Amino acid sequence: MSTNGSDNILVLTNLTKRFGGLVAVDNVSLHIKRGEVFALIGPNGAGKTTLFNNVTGLFQPTSGRVVFDGRDITGSKPHQVARWGIARTFQNIRLFDYMSCLDNVRVGRHVRMKAKVWDSLFKLPRERREEERVTDEAMELLRFVGIHRQANQYARNLPYGQQRRLEIARALATEPKLLLLDEPAAGFTPQEKVELMALVKKILARGITVFLIEHDMKVVMGISERIVVLDHGEKIAEGPPDEVRKDTKVIEAYLGKSA
Amino acid sequence: MSQAGTANRSPLRLFNLRERIRDRDAAVYGILLLGAILFPIVEIYATGGTADVSKATRAGTFVLLAIGLNVVVGFAGLLDLGYAAFFAIGAYTYALFASMQLGNSPAHHEFHVNFWIMIFVSMFVAAAFGAILGFPTLRLRGDYLAIVTLGFGEIVPQLFYNFDRWTGGINAIGLIDQPHLPVWIQGPWSGDGPFAFVTNFNFNTDPVAYYVLIVILITLAVILVSNLYKSRLGRAWMAIREDEVAAAAMGINTVTTKLLAFGIGASFSGFAGAYYAANVALVSPDNFLFIVSITVLVMVVLGGMGNISGAIVGALVLYYLVFVLIPGLPDYATSLAATLGLSSDLGSAIADATTRLNYIIYGLLLVAVMLLRPQGILPSRVREQELKHAAVQEDEAAVEMTHAG
Repeated sequence: MSTNGSDNILVLTNLTKRFGGLVAVDNVSLHIKRGEVFALIGPNGAGKTTLFNNVTGLFQPTSGRVVFDGRDITGSKPHQVARWGIARTFQNIRLFDYMSCLDNVRVGRHVRMKAKVWDSLFKLPRERREEERVTDEAMELLRFVGIHRQANQYARNLPYGQQRRLEIARALATEPKLLLLDEPAAGFTPQEKVELMALVKKILARGITVFLIEHDMKVVMGISERIVVLDHGEKIAEGPPDEVRKDTKVIEAYLGKSA
Repeated sequence: MSQAGTANRSPLRLFNLRERIRDRDAAVYGILLLGAILFPIVEIYATGGTADVSKATRAGTFVLLAIGLNVVVGFAGLLDLGYAAFFAIGAYTYALFASMQLGNSPAHHEFHVNFWIMIFVSMFVAAAFGAILGFPTLRLRGDYLAIVTLGFGEIVPQLFYNFDRWTGGINAIGLIDQPHLPVWIQGPWSGDGPFAFVTNFNFNTDPVAYYVLIVILITLAVILVSNLYKSRLGRAWMAIREDEVAAAAMGINTVTTKLLAFGIGASFSGFAGAYYAANVALVSPDNFLFIVSITVLVMVVLGGMGNISGAIVGALVLYYLVFVLIPGLPDYATSLAATLGLSSDLGSAIADATTRLNYIIYGLLLVAVMLLRPQGILPSRVREQELKHAAVQEDEAAVEMTHAG
């Protein structure tokens, strides 16, 4: 499967991001294997989302390298990163509020579509065919995440849990090799968390590697194969869930040092 | 679930749904087209003249501008306060290459390029200026972009003033060439009796020809822009309008996509500019001042931002307010005073006051409309969706209801 012969789909080497005097991500190195669920955890303000933003091109790393699928993508623009195969969701949901759910997902297909301005202006047959195909694919994705009945509603009118699902469907529409989920279970009921875990398994079955930030330990322990723990921008632990759970540094980071 | 929905689908409900989704825009376009066809006929038979047809032609120019600006402001959410600059560029491009103007310029050579070629040249020149302005500025957001475009809108007429050796400056460019067609049908409207075919037809002999042309241009513009709206590019524009960061994360190159909005918007303006220059046969920098940009922007907002039929209706309503109703108010006031039997002194005083209150009345009307319909006359709705999906949704909802009950 691997295009470059390597088992790693994403490799971060000494990644550092400074905002003035604040070091948000401090010399973090990690690698994510093809086909695994990898979790990034840590207390609030540990730099998890900043790390995501550095990977997806929203921020330029101060130093260090990001290698995705054998390609150095350090400092690339967000739309390039998406084209190469990294899709993401956002911690504070960022849907296109006044577009229908179907259109939200069709925007996700944008990067895999070929229609040029002229094709669209004159509605050439190939553009028409592409539109039909993309609509079917988008409906299929909405069905995949279980919100196809809401296809024609404004994204903003969906209940919270369905908005999170829609964001995942939109990200999947870009045909990613690696999917970054930023706190996908935030604000979920226990039942919704179980459903989310099932959905992540289904995504994995499609051959997509999942890299998630999550606070909920049940979710993290339930689905991830390996975990990295960040605290104050530094990597303090890495390993399989049960090892990380017992790590004293991790316990300290979450609960504070015992006297 | 979906199988159950398919089995349960009733053709009647499908039909209703189809009607409901399509009705409004189709109805609006139908009424507008019918009105556009009937208007000159009624006008000619009722008054025997074509004065109002010429006014409607002028209104059509603004409709074209509003359709173009709607792409920039309504679809892509880029506030452009200097849209008239592209209108000016289009108009001057045609005026310079289709009049005697360049004969008196340092070029010492007159150009008389065919209108049908120049209208496309003007379009591309305006689009090019749109790209030139857009490239460095579209990284700016919101208010900053508005200010830069405002500046551009101020600069362009100044340039046409000050490069007077080329453009004639304050003296304007007159005697601009008229479009020709190899064949045309003449009729009672041009004062030549019954219908007749004419060859080598010159547009200045017949105001109805200009009217027909603008109606055709608007129809084409509506078709092309609706196609764009329902396309990959249209969705990308709306995505950028809604959330630029998320749009970029979905793989949309925000800079080129915004540039396309700017360029396509500008090309409509250039197109309209060439038409306008031919139609009025005289262009002066004064025709393209800030007030024109603002008027077109108000047309778009008043009509319902992001909706093409809304932009058209907004343009027509505002054109009527600004160029017909309000300038006519002093006359109405005078005749009303005469009917009421007031002295002619008092009548002229009232007319005088109305003239001075022009802009206040205009402003109050705008405020009133925006208070009554803040979303615009014909606001945009959720995009029309493919019927089969909508039908599936409706049916499945119905099935669920049955199960629940």
